[in-house]
Amino acid sequence: MSAMIELIDVGKSFTLHNQGGAVIPVMEGAQLSVAQGECVGLTGASGAGKSTLMRVIYGNYLAASGQVIVGGVDVAQAQPREILALRRSVLGYVSQFLRVVPRVPTLDVVAEPLLAVGVERDAARDRARALLSRLNIPERLWTLSPTTFSGGEQQRVNIARGFAHDYPALLLDEPTASLDAANRETVLALIEEAKARGAAIVGIFHDEAARDRVCDRVVDVSAFTPRAAA
Amino acid sequence: MAQTVHVHPLLQVRDVGKRYGARIGCADVSFDLYPGEVMGIVGESGSGKSTLLNCLAGHLEPDTGQVIFDTRAEGPIDTVTMSEPVRRMLGRTDWAFVHQHARDGLRMSVSAGGNIGERLMAVGERHYGHIRDSATDWLGRVEIAADRIDDRPTAFSGGMQQRLQIARNLVTGPRLVFMDEPTGGLDVSVQARLLDLLRGLVREMGLSAIIVTHDLAVVRLLADRLMVMKDGHVVESGLTDQVLDDPQHGYTQLLVSSVLQV
Repeated sequence: MSAMIELIDVGKSFTLHNQGGAVIPVMEGAQLSVAQGECVGLTGASGAGKSTLMRVIYGNYLAASGQVIVGGVDVAQAQPREILALRRSVLGYVSQFLRVVPRVPTLDVVAEPLLAVGVERDAARDRARALLSRLNIPERLWTLSPTTFSGGEQQRVNIARGFAHDYPALLLDEPTASLDAANRETVLALIEEAKARGAAIVGIFHDEAARDRVCDRVVDVSAFTPRAAA
Repeated sequence: MAQTVHVHPLLQVRDVGKRYGARIGCADVSFDLYPGEVMGIVGESGSGKSTLLNCLAGHLEPDTGQVIFDTRAEGPIDTVTMSEPVRRMLGRTDWAFVHQHARDGLRMSVSAGGNIGERLMAVGERHYGHIRDSATDWLGRVEIAADRIDDRPTAFSGGMQQRLQIARNLVTGPRLVFMDEPTGGLDVSVQARLLDLLRGLVREMGLSAIIVTHDLAVVRLLADRLMVMKDGHVVESGLTDQVLDDPQHGYTQLLVSSVLQV
């Protein structure tokens, strides 16, 4: 079976043009292969490049070298509209921060990824309601913008949004951080359900018990840290 | 095994350049815009972004280059060399232009309903009842109370004027909307509402849009793609979040790092 997410010899560096053109290599020779229904956890010390690797897969950071194949598309080479199409239907991302247009109701924030793939408004809202209920966001908050919510509530809205559409590939950045036991359990169940329907998942989990439960294996990104300091 | 989607660009821009005497307005600008795409153009004052927008929208004649629009009737045609009447017709039907200052895009002495109806009449609608119904419908879509239909825009707030301008522009169902600083000069709370409105309209109507702004927060929320201009040249372009989070050009890095954090 071919991999849903495959990184081949990926390198990343940052060139700081306004600081004397300093080139900072942050990753080299990164390899990763994630099959359908598989969850791979990224490990390594803080600053080792876990989030950088996720951002390279999402196309948020431009890979300096190598191939980043997601669902048959090389994100490192693709045109913006190809990456947008990929993000719309194939590749989901639950980041640690919620970034939304102010004043849009929470229910619409969560339903939006479904509308983007052509799901009818009522069906999209039903799905959004179900997810918000599961994640214990009180119904009286659904008509309000999540920008005023607490950190934990915003994170759960972000998770609901990330799981609204059944993406074949998912990136999860600390999905269980700062959640209480009940909500943590719900998120882990959502991840297990996504795996069961065949989603390929790459995640960062500082919560070791959560990592052990949902990850099929772990990859230590320290192995991709450039050896010689430039 | 990815499916190939055969979609033609709605707009193909090739080597567009405009000089003001010896000074460069914009130079060597090329890009393709596809149906449903929203592209942002950012850069500081004088970077050439408004000159470029006006060249693309037919308000200025570029010195060089082609602006090829995929017309409904005849397919891709260079709008730079097409006749003035044909280009004007395009400006009333398939194109729309939202000005920074609503008063540049509205008739201030005509009622709100009249402002919307005028554009419909320009494309041949004659039935008063239909025009009035469309105007009422569009006032609702841009969140202006129906009982304001007979008021003149001079009696509206800045944010309402801007929404009315958008209604006037979109009532004829354009396929491409040019926007010059659409949220400039508005309160942040009004900006947010306008952004939400524009995003909804873009998705529901399948619009393509080119938005010139110097506000990076606006492009992050509205634009799929971003072009960064400096001294009349495009220095960087790509996916909006990639350009903002991992800028490759020194000028873009400076621009992004200069934004005040709220």
